[in-house]
Amino acid sequence: MTQLMTRLAAVALLAVMAACTTTADTAGSGAAAPGAGNTGPNVTVEENTEAFFIANVGDKVFFDTDSSSLDIASQTTLTFQADWLLRYPDRTVIIEGHADERGTREYNLALGARRAQATFDFLVGLGVDPSRLTTVTYGKERPVSLCSNETCWSQNRRTVSVLAGGFNS
Amino acid sequence: MMKPIAALAFALCAALAAPSSMAQTTPADGPGPLRIVIDQGVREPVPFAAPQFIALDDAALEFADPITRVMVSNLVSTGLFREVPREAHISQVGSISAPPAFADWQAINAQGLIVGEASTTADGLLQVDFRLFDVFMQREIGDGVRFTAPPQDWRRIAHKVADEVYGRLTGEGPYFDSRIAFVSESGPKDARVKRISIMDQDGANVRNLTGGAELVLAPRWSPNGRDILYTSYTDGVPRIYLLDADTGTRERLDSLPGMTFAPRWSPDGSRVIFSAAQNGNTDLYVTDLATRQRLRLTRSPAIDTAGSFSPDGSEIVFESDRGGSQQIYTMNADGTNVQRVSFGQGRYGTPVWSPRGDKFAFTKMVGGRFHIGVMDRDGTNERLLTASFLDEGPTWSPNGRVLMFFRETPGPLGAASVVSVDVTGQNLKYVNTPGPASDPSWSPVRQD
Repeated sequence: MTQLMTRLAAVALLAVMAACTTTADTAGSGAAAPGAGNTGPNVTVEENTEAFFIANVGDKVFFDTDSSSLDIASQTTLTFQADWLLRYPDRTVIIEGHADERGTREYNLALGARRAQATFDFLVGLGVDPSRLTTVTYGKERPVSLCSNETCWSQNRRTVSVLAGGFNS
Repeated sequence: MMKPIAALAFALCAALAAPSSMAQTTPADGPGPLRIVIDQGVREPVPFAAPQFIALDDAALEFADPITRVMVSNLVSTGLFREVPREAHISQVGSISAPPAFADWQAINAQGLIVGEASTTADGLLQVDFRLFDVFMQREIGDGVRFTAPPQDWRRIAHKVADEVYGRLTGEGPYFDSRIAFVSESGPKDARVKRISIMDQDGANVRNLTGGAELVLAPRWSPNGRDILYTSYTDGVPRIYLLDADTGTRERLDSLPGMTFAPRWSPDGSRVIFSAAQNGNTDLYVTDLATRQRLRLTRSPAIDTAGSFSPDGSEIVFESDRGGSQQIYTMNADGTNVQRVSFGQGRYGTPVWSPRGDKFAFTKMVGGRFHIGVMDRDGTNERLLTASFLDEGPTWSPNGRVLMFFRETPGPLGAASVVSVDVTGQNLKYVNTPGPASDPSWSPVRQD
């Protein structure tokens, strides 16, 4: 019975995500639920795994320069994250706040803290227990995209929701 | 006349009886006395000669030449001096007590002459006496001075001699006998390995103080020249640690929950200003190291960070985005009387109060470039000294004449270097580090 409920819940989540992905793409942003098809047709990923969270829910949201505002795409991704976290209440999350390289080291630490808090607040606002969430700022110390132009900087201005016990970003 | 010498102590005294240059009169004819006024004008470096210091015994022989060369290298590095090469010398110096053959030094156009002797004391210490002459005025500048130290500290003797010469000719305070704390960087840009390291001001004697397992940032050298504050991710979040550079022992600075970073010392070393991010908001705090009492200085919902004390400890300069963008502000050391200082285009960060108290150095971001600049403490007379893809984080030399900062190149293979520049904007130089390096912090002149 419990297994059946979990399965139904996961199917429902996937249906919601599919709908929202379409919306987000229409809005001109690929930030929401990226890589939904990356797992391929023959790979089975359990819904309660980190791999599923990263590939199908989306562990990253992105920000404008010097901003910690959550745009529609970011809010959509975080809504998926909140749904997933409410389904798997034993999972805890470290929210990493990051900045691009176009700021000073201290300011970017503060900016990363601000972004992590924006993500934290949004998830809590959707009902996630704040005791399950912690924040950390990395400032500009851990870029994921290495070129020095806007295409990379926009990928580095991010928060990453890292499931506790998993690997970083 | 010589004081007893402790193991690491330098004795500084007038070892050679000579009248002070202050008492000399200037002849009516001929060139003026050798004196360098540092201003923003372009100058020709002053030529000087420094024959290899004389070794008075076999043990000193090993050090006489290296000391001479390091001393010369310090002076030349300022851009204010040019060495007349040894090959051009006409005179040999047989003893520093004998009057120089001024005509021979005039003939090769050496305006200054530095002569020295190295010897070994009965208890095995290395001892150097030196004298400085104004060749064209044919007189000594200042008194003869003796430095004594263990032989392994021979570079410090060279730095002390260079500091004396520099001080006598420019009127500026010393800075060659000082160290730099910095971050040694290795590994790819997305997984950079960082270590807290120290080196002499000229890049010699590099030593790593942390192992590289955890991310570390921005060391800050104490006014006591021994302790270093830095930020570490040891606990998974950035927190400030206090490290004894000599013993390697370290402790958490503050038990404040959350993330702490951007520490700087008060000028007397008794207090630390730092930033703490709580609930996403970064504010400035001061901790008294003796009592561990903490005072919160700012309460704005903005980012308030990068605090730096005035030399008398009564005021603080910091950066804040409370006005909508990152700008420089000052306040009293208790957090009252906040004033905005920078109003130019672009964003301003990392303000650092000069040791003389009259200026701030800062990082400025404008038009897609980063600059190191200085402005007067009221925000006027802003001057940008450098420009590149990323110049950041100035630190003042102990005498307030030179700034060090780091410069990072763009792209996936971008790397950081430590760079120095005169406060005039002249003499930009890359400091020779073993690998990529960032976040320099200049120590006080060494007193040990």
